Amino acid sequence: MLRLKAGIAALAVAATMASAAMAQGTLRIGMTAADIPLTTGQTDQGGEGMRFMGYTVYDSLIEWDLTSADKPSVLIPGLATEWSVDEEDKTKWTFTLREGVTFHDGAPFTAADVVWNLDKILDESSEQYDPRQSAQGKSRIPAVASYEAIDDYTLEITTKEPDATLPYQMTWILMSSKANWEAMDKDWEKVAGSPSGTGPWKLETFVPRERAELVPFADYWDDSRVPQLDKMVLIPLPEPNARSAALLSGQVDWIEAPAPDTIPAMEGNGFVISSNAYPHNWTWHLSRLEGSPWNDIRVRKAANLAIDREGMAPLLGGLMVPAKGFLPPSSQWFGNPSFDISYDLDAAKALMEEAGYGPDNHLQVKALISPSGSGQMLPLPMNEYVQQSLAEIWIDVEFSVVEWNQMINLWRAGAADPSVDGAMSVNFTYFLQDPFTGLIRHLDCNLIAPNGTNWGHYCDDEMQALFSEIKNTFDPEAQDAVMRKTHEKYVDDALFLMVTHDVAPRAMAPKVKGFVQAQNWYQNFSSITIEE
Amino acid sequence: MLSYFLRRLILVLPVAFGVSVICFLLVQIAPGDPLTAIMPIDATAEEQAAMRAAYGLDKPLPIQYAIWVGNLMQGDMGKSIATGRPVADEVFGAVQNSLLLAVSAAVIAFPIGIFLGFLAGYFRDTLLDRAVTAVSITGVSVPNYWLGIVLVIIFSVNLGWLPSMGAGPGGSQSWSWDWLHIRHLILPAVTLAVVPIGIVARTVRALAGDILTQDFVQALYAKGMSRGDVLRHVARNAAATALSVMGLQLGYLLGGSILIETVFNWPGSGFLLSNAIFQRDLPLLQGTILILALFFVAMNLIVDVAQAAIDPRIKRT
Repeated sequence: MLRLKAGIAALAVAATMASAAMAQGTLRIGMTAADIPLTTGQTDQGGEGMRFMGYTVYDSLIEWDLTSADKPSVLIPGLATEWSVDEEDKTKWTFTLREGVTFHDGAPFTAADVVWNLDKILDESSEQYDPRQSAQGKSRIPAVASYEAIDDYTLEITTKEPDATLPYQMTWILMSSKANWEAMDKDWEKVAGSPSGTGPWKLETFVPRERAELVPFADYWDDSRVPQLDKMVLIPLPEPNARSAALLSGQVDWIEAPAPDTIPAMEGNGFVISSNAYPHNWTWHLSRLEGSPWNDIRVRKAANLAIDREGMAPLLGGLMVPAKGFLPPSSQWFGNPSFDISYDLDAAKALMEEAGYGPDNHLQVKALISPSGSGQMLPLPMNEYVQQSLAEIWIDVEFSVVEWNQMINLWRAGAADPSVDGAMSVNFTYFLQDPFTGLIRHLDCNLIAPNGTNWGHYCDDEMQALFSEIKNTFDPEAQDAVMRKTHEKYVDDALFLMVTHDVAPRAMAPKVKGFVQAQNWYQNFSSITIEE
Repeated sequence: MLSYFLRRLILVLPVAFGVSVICFLLVQIAPGDPLTAIMPIDATAEEQAAMRAAYGLDKPLPIQYAIWVGNLMQGDMGKSIATGRPVADEVFGAVQNSLLLAVSAAVIAFPIGIFLGFLAGYFRDTLLDRAVTAVSITGVSVPNYWLGIVLVIIFSVNLGWLPSMGAGPGGSQSWSWDWLHIRHLILPAVTLAVVPIGIVARTVRALAGDILTQDFVQALYAKGMSRGDVLRHVARNAAATALSVMGLQLGYLLGGSILIETVFNWPGSGFLLSNAIFQRDLPLLQGTILILALFFVAMNLIVDVAQAAIDPRIKRT
């Protein structure tokens, strides 16, 4: 009996030790969002929503490789193991789906679920149509015309026209569980509190505006991405100083986007600042309407040569990558442009003089800027820096400052709209994750505002041909080559005032280990542990 | 007293109507698009138009107002555009948190303000009076959000004694009366109390100083009344005006703490309001402003009635 008790005690101790060894702690994250992102599938709150509530709880057919900090993220198989376009009919795509995948509620994942999820955002007559998710997802898959489940693990998607960017579009679409939606009385409001995806994390607790608690999904299909933490807690902390104080006082272990002026104090206290290049830029999108001074390539090049980007770094606590092009220098699509974007005041002045400007003949331009905004970094001091730089080459900049929400409206309206009041540029930061968002949407003749986001009304036959070639090049490597060629034209024609790139800074307590910051808007949280 | 109360209550109705019109129109005047919060910024014009129609934002303003008021009459404040949750749930939850913070700040501020003001008024033109005046002016002048940041740096970051954010552990917003939650209340309540301490102290000082010089006070002393009894009379005379100032301050504390709630990530109506403004969340914005404005109207009504109860002369004017 005594021996039995001792055995039980030993087992209990062993079990405790084993669980202690496996327990990897709780990570509390202070987000910049004011609320928990939409939990039902398609997230809101922009990149942060997808980062924390999208690719954690859900999967898409095609995903981003988030395992490396040293190279740009590329597409990898997700819930689809392979995909291909029909050689005869380039509008027909076949996706082979991964077998053996289950949702958090235990339901199996099949092609019927993909059809159901696409209906959820595209088919207003479907029972599961959700306006909130549709608002987030519909505009991300403009190529999709129809879709059909061929069998349990084969899906066919037909596009409106040949479009080789479809795989990138499909990364946006996240798969919710139909069975769970039915179990929740087919009510998305109820699903929000208890959602079910196939992702590596399960949503355990969700309190609006307060917190979301995610726990590992032990049956996740990719063993290498089963989270090591016991729990990840998401806390909305929209005010930068409140976020910093929460980290410094130990109430959270990780914050997104620390204010640059708090970083030295954090580093001094042993906190780790993680950052990396990613597909983001900070530009002036130039008006190309008739009469705009930015139509002169010499002026555009001069402006790009007049800015000492390295000199801007202290303003941002060093957290920036000086622009060498529209895309970050580390991008797989950067190419080899001939125009070297650098600081060369003499060359800039020579170009301005060649264009007819000088000390006695200044160029007057009006520029739209905002005092703050998502991804805008520190827009006021940065724009003042640009203003002073351009003044050195006789470009006098008059600012029109508008609040961020209104700025978005003016950006959507385009340079020709009366509401922009004659502004010749708009300071906007761009999400450059894929061919469409990275290059096509800004300069496509068919997307001139208000039909799209070509704010400056640029339209060029050669560029249009390149865009068409991107959409019609179905071999990924060949498509990358066309993307590089397109970006070279962006730079060589100095189509934007290209200033800097953000590096997605985040600050974390020294006990947070194992995080690898991918060159992407999204991140992998599965490798993280807490060292107590 | 009852007829006075009813008269004042009837006067509230046009004020409430005016408040509803103003808060509906105010948020319409601001530039920006409420759909920005719920759509990718590069959504097509067609998709934006469809969503605008779905939310009824394509209708003329008078129609939108009529629908809004009609729904309000049925207790429906609509749904937040940004979150899809009922505005009533969002607003009343936040107002409860703000009320908790405001009352806590008032509990700190009013006794201290009254005590300091009375002290300064009684010992007028002495060093003590000047010291209290200096404290009051400092309290009113120091930007309270700055003070909040300083207190966070000292007590949260450097000393680690008190938390810097939220209404409970781990960002919790649901309140319960235990130390884990109360410690979250201390810094924001103290920060918020600083301005009303100054205002109440200045008011009470002026009132007490003025009343103490009046003839009836000399008469009371002449009748042999003790100092304590005389001060009770002085307090009774000062109470109506002091009460009105404190009532207004409570209104300001509830609606005017946007910066404090932002600094401390306190999930109250000010914090909700600032988020609603940045997101152009019209239903939430309208609902929050309306509730705060009506609270202010209600506070005024309560103060008026309380003043009349304390000082019968008010009913006759």
